Amino acid sequence: MQRPPHFLIKHISRLSLFALVTMMACAPSPSQAEMPKDPLDSTMWEDLSKRFFGTAPIVFDDKVRVVVPSLVENQAQVPVTADARALRDVKKLIVFADLNPITHVLTLSPRKAKPYISFRMKVEQATPVRAAALTGDGVWHVGGVFLDAAGGGCSAPAMARKMADWSETVGQTQAKLWRELDGSARVRLKVRHPMDTGLATDNTPAYFIETLKVRGSEGKALADIEMFEPVSEDPTLTLMLRLPASTINVELEARDNNGGLFQSSVPAPWRQSQAQ
Amino acid sequence: MGFFSPLFQPPGAKAKRNRFIELVTTKNDPGHAALTRRKALALMSTTAAAAFVPAFDLDAAPLQYTLKPQRLTDGIWMIPGAQEAISQGNGGAIANVIIFDTSAGAVIVDTGPSRRYGEALAKLARDLTGKNIARVYLTHFHPDHVFGNQAFGADQIAAPKGVIDGLKVMGEGFADAMYRTAGDWMRGTELVLPGKAIETGVEDFGNRRIRSLTMRGHTSSDLVLFDELSGVLIGGDLAFLDRAPTTPNADIERWRISLANLGGIPHRLLVPGHGPAEDGTRAIQQTRDWLVAINEIISKAFERGLSMNEAMAEPLPKWTEKIALARYEYERSVTHLFPKLEADGLPRVDVETP
Ligand SMILES: [Zn+2]
Repeated sequence: MQRPPHFLIKHISRLSLFALVTMMACAPSPSQAEMPKDPLDSTMWEDLSKRFFGTAPIVFDDKVRVVVPSLVENQAQVPVTADARALRDVKKLIVFADLNPITHVLTLSPRKAKPYISFRMKVEQATPVRAAALTGDGVWHVGGVFLDAAGGGCSAPAMARKMADWSETVGQTQAKLWRELDGSARVRLKVRHPMDTGLATDNTPAYFIETLKVRGSEGKALADIEMFEPVSEDPTLTLMLRLPASTINVELEARDNNGGLFQSSVPAPWRQSQAQ
Repeated sequence: MGFFSPLFQPPGAKAKRNRFIELVTTKNDPGHAALTRRKALALMSTTAAAAFVPAFDLDAAPLQYTLKPQRLTDGIWMIPGAQEAISQGNGGAIANVIIFDTSAGAVIVDTGPSRRYGEALAKLARDLTGKNIARVYLTHFHPDHVFGNQAFGADQIAAPKGVIDGLKVMGEGFADAMYRTAGDWMRGTELVLPGKAIETGVEDFGNRRIRSLTMRGHTSSDLVLFDELSGVLIGGDLAFLDRAPTTPNADIERWRISLANLGGIPHRLLVPGHGPAEDGTRAIQQTRDWLVAINEIISKAFERGLSMNEAMAEPLPKWTEKIALARYEYERSVTHLFPKLEADGLPRVDVETP
């Protein structure tokens, strides 16, 4: 509810991009020459790079990896991993999909986390999916893949959510933490939330988690995540934290655009059992 | 309702769709209108992603299926499906279809992926048997097995109640998915529900008596058929051979029980839903081995804290290299099985848990 102006801007920019697509062939923009060529050759690239990076320097960099499945089984739940662990000093990791009605998917600020996030997103059609890592020197390192949305024909259709009573379950959180051999900790978490886009034909208003804070001992910031409407229903994330051995709990705090606040506390085991 | 309209409704999409329907709607029948809606959907995605998606040519010559029946034994033919995923190349003709010659007429098991396939199948069955169609059985509700229904009368089509219910709920979604993956092969295809609900029992076709056995596991309702005269056992998609099983609606534990039951039926020839018909039980064993293997790999990946993308990259056993679409179906199965593992296996951590 707090976002309508933002929405509007997004929609207008998308419409103008449609116009741009048709014009591109005959009227290339003068600024095109200054920009590195998009390896995914997307007609949206020029406009999106301006929107996300402004005039900051950009490099296409294989060190930023985006992992998607080879086929899209369920367009409502496409597993995506953005991984910039091969870079040092990453301040921000953003994920966007060029041809989604809402392009920006999420932003990770990996304060005491590795620049890595795995999650699920909605896609409307085949689209480039990009991750861009901002390093301390002010450079955006961009990686991406082309996601082919034509799925398995036997796939379970994405059924419209029945008018389930979300008030019963919204914000319920499940999570588990694993200590890794390198001293980091892997967290998998799932927060029940409809993540309504506000674009559905039934006029359901946008209702989605906007921020997720991950905190360690004494409220120390481990990671901050800004989410947008394309993140799938019941956001399910994998993060990698640099967690001191002394940390007993990791605190989660999710906030949605209706003012909903959902707090939870994930026990951090001293050492992961190596059983099995 | 479109496949993804509940998720996103891009600005201007509605207007575009309506304009397109105006342009191409020439008849007023609902089937035609529904078709143009799907065409419009497909067209819409081509406009938006012009650089990436091949164009959908409305004026192209109609595609034709060439059905090549294999004689299994006296009066029984199998039209083998391609051991492939559904694509614009194969038109979705990936599942096995069976034709019986009986003294009461032709009996058909499964109708293929589209109206055009069903029409070719009906003609083939009449040509092979010299008789009209006496009965059509559907083994389950998956789209590669049921969308040829339009070529037959609804009252001729028999399936367990669970199959009919599944089609009522998922049929439209399956149709949209088929239009997206098989493309123009689907032209004119609409969902037709079976008119006759059956249970475990026997149907008498004069010289042949065909037993129906209702099971589940591949889906919530799987029909197995057994011809007493020939000893031919039709396993539907409970059995796959040399092609990786699909799991979008599977209950793995149930499926394994059904496989054990299937293996207990004495038979001369076993026809899997996908793959060659053979004597013996290789399809049953291979399907069971596959389900055990992927269930273990996926469960272990979850327990180690892997994400879905990481789980999809896990190695498969060496023996699966001989199985068509092993990696493809394994990845799909991760998508199908992971959410339940997460729902059941991640502890609740809400601060204010009662
Ligand atoms: Zn099936």
